[in-house]
Amino acid sequence: MSEAVEIPSGTLTVTRPIGVQFSWRKAIPWLLTGPLLLFMLAFYAVPVVAMLLRSVNDPTWTLAHFHALASDTVFFKVFSNTLYTAFTVTIGALLFGYPLALALVRTPRWAPVILIMILLPFWTSVLVRSYAWMVLMGRHGLINEALLALGTIERPFRILNTPLATQIAMIHILLPYMVLPIANALRQIDPSLPRASSGLGATPWGTFRQITLPLSMSGVAAGMLLVFVLALGFYITPAMLGGPREITLSMLIDLQVDQLNWAYAATLSAVLLATTLAIIGVFYRLPGVSNAFRMGAR
Amino acid sequence: MMNGVGRGASVSLNDLQKSYGGVTAVAGVTLDIRSGEFLTLLGPSGSGKTTTLTMIAGFETPTDGDIAIDGKSVVAMPPYRRNIGMVFQNYALFPHLTVADNIGFPLKQRGVPKAERTKLVGDALELVQLPGYGARYPRQLSGGQQQRVALARAIVFKPRLLLMDEPLGALDKQLRETLQLEMRRLHADLGITFIYVTHDQEEALTMSDRIAVMNEGLVAQVGRPEDLYDRPDNHFVAAFIGESNFLPAVVRGFEDEVVVAEYNGSLIRAISPSKQRDAGMKVILSTRPERIRFADGAVESPAPQNRLNVTVTEAVFAGERCRYMLRTGDGSSIVLKEPSSAAIRRREVGERVEISWSVADTILV
Amino acid sequence: MTAMRALSTTVVGLILLFLTLPIIIVVVVSFSSATYLTFPPPALGLRWYAAYFGSEAWLQSTWLSIWVAAVVVVLATILGTLAALGVAHLPKPLRVLASTLILSPLIVPGIIVAIGIYYAFAQYGLVGSPVGLILAHTCLAVPFVVTSVSASLAGIDPRLEQAALSLGATPTGAFFQITLPLIRPGVLVGALFAFITSFDELIVAIYISGSGAVSLPRRMWDDLQFQIEPTIAAVSTLTIVLTAVLMGCAHLLQRRSAT
Repeated sequence: MSEAVEIPSGTLTVTRPIGVQFSWRKAIPWLLTGPLLLFMLAFYAVPVVAMLLRSVNDPTWTLAHFHALASDTVFFKVFSNTLYTAFTVTIGALLFGYPLALALVRTPRWAPVILIMILLPFWTSVLVRSYAWMVLMGRHGLINEALLALGTIERPFRILNTPLATQIAMIHILLPYMVLPIANALRQIDPSLPRASSGLGATPWGTFRQITLPLSMSGVAAGMLLVFVLALGFYITPAMLGGPREITLSMLIDLQVDQLNWAYAATLSAVLLATTLAIIGVFYRLPGVSNAFRMGAR
Repeated sequence: MMNGVGRGASVSLNDLQKSYGGVTAVAGVTLDIRSGEFLTLLGPSGSGKTTTLTMIAGFETPTDGDIAIDGKSVVAMPPYRRNIGMVFQNYALFPHLTVADNIGFPLKQRGVPKAERTKLVGDALELVQLPGYGARYPRQLSGGQQQRVALARAIVFKPRLLLMDEPLGALDKQLRETLQLEMRRLHADLGITFIYVTHDQEEALTMSDRIAVMNEGLVAQVGRPEDLYDRPDNHFVAAFIGESNFLPAVVRGFEDEVVVAEYNGSLIRAISPSKQRDAGMKVILSTRPERIRFADGAVESPAPQNRLNVTVTEAVFAGERCRYMLRTGDGSSIVLKEPSSAAIRRREVGERVEISWSVADTILV
Repeated sequence: MTAMRALSTTVVGLILLFLTLPIIIVVVVSFSSATYLTFPPPALGLRWYAAYFGSEAWLQSTWLSIWVAAVVVVLATILGTLAALGVAHLPKPLRVLASTLILSPLIVPGIIVAIGIYYAFAQYGLVGSPVGLILAHTCLAVPFVVTSVSASLAGIDPRLEQAALSLGATPTGAFFQITLPLIRPGVLVGALFAFITSFDELIVAIYISGSGAVSLPRRMWDDLQFQIEPTIAAVSTLTIVLTAVLMGCAHLLQRRSAT
């Protein structure tokens, strides 16, 4: 019976005043977002835009700096080297990343161990990881010592300060950005599909090529986009490990700032940013890419 | 403030409308829900039943029309001042609070002192048969237990109106039937008004005092469960609740309350509960499959009967009953359901038989 | 079949070795007794840790990095959490614009951010001051807070808030009693990310640290221009342990709030 929950009716009425006035409520999102937006405008967006503007208003409004790039052989060499580096790093990360993603998803027993082995280096700073590769690839580093001991080479050879050194270290640093989206796409494949395929007579390789690989392409696309875009802007790793001749756009920008060539630095920055945004803009609409991007950010 | 009237609130919906940027969810619902009634809003998904409930709770503002509780309009009142209990689909228990804190939540909002709160929470847990579960967290409970906690939380502050949005949807059939009975009991004990939303007609038929069948944002019919089943107002209700056979016919005449209609050369007598019909009008005759019988050798019923010759095209044994698919002279199909019994002869496919059913079970829709 | 399996196990093993070997080497080298960088170390010892803890400059930079990161955590967490709560309710075109601005530091190349900030901060007089580092690092850390808090907000069933309202809680009451406790793990994860972002940040520090605010990564960078001596391996090992512990916490928090 209901007398068990009898309570005095006086306590039942809600005595709180009406909360927030209607007009106030509309202003709340602005009040919440405003401080951060103003902060980022003042200390990040306006500074960056003001710097970029030097590419078109130094000394007066002009497109001369961009026109000058057209006949700038140094720029072309550096720009193509940057694209080439980003490209090789992306391919390398894909070759290393796909099997790793597959192992991460397909072997539940080892998945935690593999995940930690991916995440631990991921959480380590770019500087420390680049330093680690310096140690490994130095004249008396592990690689040379091991090859000498094996008798493969007779004298230590030079890896550090070559494009290869930069590429290996960048693959190492960017690999998790390839593995995680691919693993995510693989995880979303209905496990009964590969089973159905082998039930229908496909060989393991046939199943992989016709079922698993096509269904994981969204993850592959997202991973490649992420790695390529991040590789384009790399500065620390090429500066530490790369050769003095094969410099990247980021390093060229740094050099120009050192020499106080602000207009040239700003022009190069605008080109680098435009390239990055254009690549994202073109590939962002591929199915699965925007999702994986959001996931990656989270 | 609310003495005089019964323990349950009365609710009036007056031409209630809701549209979202051109898409109409509720197109004009008018409904009077009596004090202490168990009323179910039944309809397919997208029929506007949940939107209607959401507007009564106050989470949505109507585009037009009015909602009055005990005669007072509540449209401008925010949900937290309406004093309405609500049980949500998937329960919406606060995951970071214990069962006791979940149930105590509405009391805390109302400034009930802690000692009294503890007592009331204990009583509420008792009422939903979960004594001693107060210290647990929602995730440590089974679906059925979470359901009961949600119910306890919605009634602990003694609201006069309880809204329920498909509260049993996530549970398995057996548990659902147990909880249906418990809710009926709770409704009888508390004496407050229940408004219940479901798409499950069986649930609606077993639990409700009255059912409002909704379709495309409108109420298609309101009535007691047996009225809806036996006297559907329209084609939608006849088809949505239970199973119906539909035969096209033309009105030929009237015999008191009974309409005489012609179907494929035979005269069929029917009743027309809702609308005035005129001779020559094209109508649809509706009959329930279990109300039709094979006429040969059967005992003559004293009630007036309709008769039709048909051919058996399909015979399916389905446990408690046999289900036959029959073809009439013009090629229409009729479904007939008969209780299965070793004593009744099973019909063969291809057999020509006469069937009969009561005029009272023949409805013009 | 087994040959295939052995092959694929070997391939995956080699890739994992490639991933972890550099980290392991750094840790091993940091315990080397040798006075120069060599591998394998002739013997183990703590001399490089002693060198680190005995160096005024290294300790100064470490403290600077820690307290700069701590202030960044406070600023980025408060600003980012508030923005995450508000941004979803802005009118659509503004919402897109605002979230693009907030998330852009994740995509804009570091060198562009760094020289942009250097260009402006030189005029504001913020080069060589911890304040400059704090302001810049906050902008870089905020995207992590906003994404983390937004994710946990998106994970909250909207019916919980409706339930609170139907039970008599005011909108403000529902926020403090229901929403805030439920997004707490997301806020904490964002705070941890913010700390590490600032603590590890180098490119901006290269430009605006000057000589007055030399952060730990900046000092490592400067040292590396001259030598790759094992003190840096010791510092690296310490930062690896610190970030691994913090990120491990963040990872566990994320997984717990996801279930």
